[in-house]
Amino acid sequence: MENLFQNQSFAMEVRKKSGQPIELCYQCQKCASGCSMARYTDYTPNQILRFVQLGMKEKVLNSSMIWICSSCEICGARCPNEIKMAEVMDVLKHMAISENIIKEKNIYTFNDIFLNTVKSRGRIHELTMMSLYKLKTRDLFSDVEHGIKLFLKGKLPLLSRGIRNRKLLKDIFNRSIDSVNKDNFVKCSN
Amino acid sequence: MDFSYYPGCSLESSAREYHLSAVAVSRALGLNLVELEDWICCGATSAHSTNQLLAYSLPASNIALAQQAGHDLVVPCAACYSRLKRTDHVLRNDLCRREELEQVVGFKYNGSVNVMSLLEAFTTRLGPDAIEKHVKVPLEGLKLACFYGCLIVRPPEITRFDNPENPTSLDVLMKSIGASPLMWSYKTECCGANLSLTAGSTVKKMVTRLLEMAEEAGAQAIVTACPLCQMNIELRRENNNGCLPSFYFTELIGLALGITNSKKWLTKHLVDPFPLLRSLSLAV
Repeated sequence: MENLFQNQSFAMEVRKKSGQPIELCYQCQKCASGCSMARYTDYTPNQILRFVQLGMKEKVLNSSMIWICSSCEICGARCPNEIKMAEVMDVLKHMAISENIIKEKNIYTFNDIFLNTVKSRGRIHELTMMSLYKLKTRDLFSDVEHGIKLFLKGKLPLLSRGIRNRKLLKDIFNRSIDSVNKDNFVKCSN
Repeated sequence: MDFSYYPGCSLESSAREYHLSAVAVSRALGLNLVELEDWICCGATSAHSTNQLLAYSLPASNIALAQQAGHDLVVPCAACYSRLKRTDHVLRNDLCRREELEQVVGFKYNGSVNVMSLLEAFTTRLGPDAIEKHVKVPLEGLKLACFYGCLIVRPPEITRFDNPENPTSLDVLMKSIGASPLMWSYKTECCGANLSLTAGSTVKKMVTRLLEMAEEAGAQAIVTACPLCQMNIELRRENNNGCLPSFYFTELIGLALGITNSKKWLTKHLVDPFPLLRSLSLAV
């Protein structure tokens, strides 16, 4: 492995953090054929993997694909080399975030608001989360009609219960954020 | 049969009818779903897109609660199920990560809890024959496209349920209540999931294609087992695919069992299912 990815710290890092045997990809393109999102974005999963093998870090971290991937898991289920590409896509997003390269800002913003909601209450309150997202992305009107319909159907209640065990919640978030700074969790990867 | 029940956040609001029908139908069939006390959000896609340890710790805390409750854990939402099942897989098979997660969450994993989707519980713990015995109003003439979506069957080495390319468990359940599930090729496609809010126009194209395929197969309705699939199918469609309704599988079982409340669940839909049901004399 060390020889295969000589001078390729990027490929080695992706391999280690994802635990996936990325060196085995021989470009059969089964992942691309089945991919739910490929037709709507810039690269196919096999292209992303080739870029990683070749150490083209900037190109990969700047791609839309790593964000648009919906983790539908079709690619991983069909890969003859058992490379779980969705895991690789996640690791690439984590790396992009830590380098502050955010190609799909709306998706990043959504995730950020989602996790902050969980952090503060332990559960998602859909109405609050959607409103915050619409405010932050300054896209106030695109879904108003849908929002009103849902509200009238009683599907967006105004109030929700938060959880009681806030200490556990706080611990989980603090330790998880800490692990990224210390690269703790990586020690368990293959 | 007692089970711990993890509803997840959607079932408290946008998928209210899935929660109501899941609990009512399970009770009628002899599955007692006991909601996990003080459950926490699974973190969903946002957690695994952002922080790996967080993406495992949030579900692990719920597995810890289920362990205390002492029953297997049933999860109706396919997305929550996926996060919980994957975390259980990691806890079961990766000792290094188990140790770390035990530390973060503050519990000792003992592997006593099976995590399963509600569809799996109906299929393996009840079975179609047992359900058929309870049917009062067979849904005769109702042609359905069973939509499994992604995460109930994938990744197959983690879910270990049904065939990942051509699953049939939902088809079998629908047959047991008298409906006619159809062959079609989009059973396990992606609905666009949580990209609905961030890339709505893309999700619209995905859902539109899916609806076209269901109609081409001759379906009168779609049946789902996931709040994200159901929401996207109802909300993100081009106007010309206006009227093909979509049901949660628990709602259709409720109708067939003759549960009186089932009409109330159906009024919460964004695409009105009553014209179809009336045409088949299944609703007043």
